[in-house]
This record gives sequence, structure tokens and C-alpha cells, in this order.
Amino acid sequence: MIQYASIILFVFGLYGLLTNRNVIKMIISLNIMEVGLFIFIISIGFNYDGVAPIITSNGAGLIYVDPLPQALVLTAIVIGVGTTALALSIAKSIYKKYGTFDLDEMEGER
Amino acid sequence: MTLFDIISLILGVFLLVIAFFAINSKKLIHSVLYLSGLSMLAVVSFVLMKAPDVAITEAVIGSGLVTALFVFTLLSIRKGEAK
Amino acid sequence: MKNILGLALALILGIFIILSLDSSASFPEFGTVDVNDRVSAEYLDQDNIDDVGSANIVTAIVVGYRGFDTLGEVTVLFISALGVALIFGSKGQKRLDLKFKPNFMLKTGSKIIFGIILVTSLYIILHGHLTPGGGFPGGAMIASAILLLYLADDKFRSNIKSFKILEGIAGSLFVVIGLLGLIFATYFLQNFIPQGTVGELLSAGIIPIIYILVGLKVGSEISGIIDNFLTEEESA
Repeated sequence: MIQYASIILFVFGLYGLLTNRNVIKMIISLNIMEVGLFIFIISIGFNYDGVAPIITSNGAGLIYVDPLPQALVLTAIVIGVGTTALALSIAKSIYKKYGTFDLDEMEGER
Repeated sequence: MTLFDIISLILGVFLLVIAFFAINSKKLIHSVLYLSGLSMLAVVSFVLMKAPDVAITEAVIGSGLVTALFVFTLLSIRKGEAK
Repeated sequence: MKNILGLALALILGIFIILSLDSSASFPEFGTVDVNDRVSAEYLDQDNIDDVGSANIVTAIVVGYRGFDTLGEVTVLFISALGVALIFGSKGQKRLDLKFKPNFMLKTGSKIIFGIILVTSLYIILHGHLTPGGGFPGGAMIASAILLLYLADDKFRSNIKSFKILEGIAGSLFVVIGLLGLIFATYFLQNFIPQGTVGELLSAGIIPIIYILVGLKVGSEISGIIDNFLTEEESA
């Protein structure tokens, strides 16, 4: 169920990216897409009987969830904050130049 | 239907509703706050899917720092408008 | 019109994704994944766990098996911090006016909480190979402690130059440790320190050292980004 939700979340983000004309809204849509993708990648490695991939002293015979998707998502989240910060700084300098966040309003005035 | 299914169903519905509000709300600051709530729900789903490392990272970065960066951008813009 | 087109496009894409994943035989059903069929079975093998020495397998993958990947990732973060600094400019900076005056209680209380957050983040970084956490969340937590200081005091500016130096030193030491692995062992970033027992604080060879460096680097980089966002040019 949560897998379907993550795919629909991704699609929501894409819809927002396509229809919104506001730069900040577009960055927010990108972030929503990111969150949906993270939940999807984590859900690939999940097992109902699994435990978190941390070895304990009485860990023999336990089933673990797949640790590889978790490692990939861990790095992707940190990359995400870097790209978001860069995008926001570009949005701020756009505002400084045109006085608006809206893509439609800024086309005439150069 | 197990407990996991029920929780994930509720969680999925909440995720989608909050994402809808984040995309469609009129004020930018409301969108940003809904995005923060979306990250918090994502943290719950990560914990549910046995990924504590990712949950900690998302809790610190997704709902804390990214929201702060958005709010700072909007704050500096507000100040420019007042001039 | 545009909205309907976008909605239709997004819907079609979503339906295609769901249908193609449903019909694909190689895509596992949710919740019934068997780790033993996958590459990850090697990471969970008992001999390999003893070989790496880290109780947290995610940390073992991020720093141990894929250490080179992590080096590239902190480079990406560095480049994005550099881009933010370039776009905002660095000449004649002053603090952004927050339009509210923090009172005495807020200033004093934030300094107490700053210490607690800093200690917690250091704990998370140091125990990255035993418990959930590690360099990335710990470093981000250091940055959020700095953010608290910025919010609580409207005159506060951290010493951004020392952050840059700290970041450079941490990044260089990461590469130096990798090169030491090349010298003392056979390949880049190989573990050349004895692993110790799995589950003890002093174990897992170079993994805690690298995670401390990553934490310092991430923390100073994101603090720099926050400082850039909270300053503006003097004449603006």
C-alpha cells in the first residue's frame, strides 16, 4: 500500500512541476518527488519479518531487511539538501533581478 | 488485514492529502510548512519500513534544515517588498 | 488547458509505472523480499561482518564498501555550497534583519540548548558504526545547532572563515586516509587498522575516523550555506 502511495506521490510532484509557474512552488514539487522516490526505494528492500540491519549479540537466525537501498537513500538525502539550497539561491537572485517569482510575469521585462 | 497494513493505509492517505495541499495552497509559506509535514510523515514511514538510519537523516535534514532554508528565502523577499 | 494536459501526462506516467512494475516478474512483491537472493546477502554474511567490524550494516556499506562513493558525495555537497556562496557574493555582507527582537530568556536558553544539541550530534557521529546515525545526520545536527544560534540572536555571525578551514582540513584528511590505505594495504580507502570486536566503540578500523571527518565536513558546509542565506549585501 505504501508503495502505491509513493508512486502517486512522485506523480503528484511531477504534476506540480508541470503546472505551477512559481519558482518556489517548482522547487517544492521537486522535493515532493524526492520524498516519493525515497519511500519507493526503501520499500523495495522491505520484508514483513525483517529487522533493521544492525547486528546484535542475539542476532543469529534473524531475517534482515535489505541494507543496500537504505545506504543509497542516505546519500541521496544529503545530496537533496545541497541541490535545494543551490536552487533556492538561484531563485533568490531571480527575484532580485525581476522582482517576481512567477515565470509568466518575468518574460516581458528584461 | 494486519496492523502494518492499517497503519500504512492511513499513512499513505495522509501523505497524499498533505502533498496535495503543498502543491495547491495559495500562500507560499503554507506550501513550505506542508512540505515539512510531508517529510515528518516520510520519517514515520521509514521507521515503519525498518530503516532507522534514513529516518534520522530525513528527520534532521528534511523537516529541519530544508524548511529553514525555504523560510529564510521567503523572509528576505518579504523584506524587499516592504521597502 | 495547460493544467489538464499536465494532469493527463502525470496520470498516464503513473499508470504506466504501476502497470509495468506489476507485470514485471523480476520486481518483488512488497514485503516478501528475500535478501539471500540479492547482492546484499554478501554484506550480511557473518565472515564479511567480522572482516569489516561494523555492527551497523548501512554504515559498513556507506563508508566501508562504498567509501569512494561517499568521497564523491561530499564533493558534490562541497560544490553546491561553493555555488551558493558564489551566487550570493561575499563582499560587504551584513546580517539579514529578522524584524523581531529576541529577549533575554531566548538568548540565554538557546545557549544552553546549543550545548545539548552539540553533544547529541557528537554522540550520533561517534556511534555511527554501532547505532543508527553517523556522519551525515550528525553533521546536519551540528548545522542545526548553529542555526539555532543564528535565530536566537539577531546580531550573531559565526566565524565563517574557520568553517572553511575546518571543511578543507576534513576533506583533505579523508583523501589522506584513503591514500594511506593505498600505501599500507592494496587499494584506495582500504582498512589498514585492526578491526577489533564487533559491537565495541573502538572497532571497525577506519570507519569511525572517516565518519567523524564526514560529520565535520557536512556540518561546516551546511553551516556555511545557512550563513549565506541569512546575510545580504550591504547596498541591496
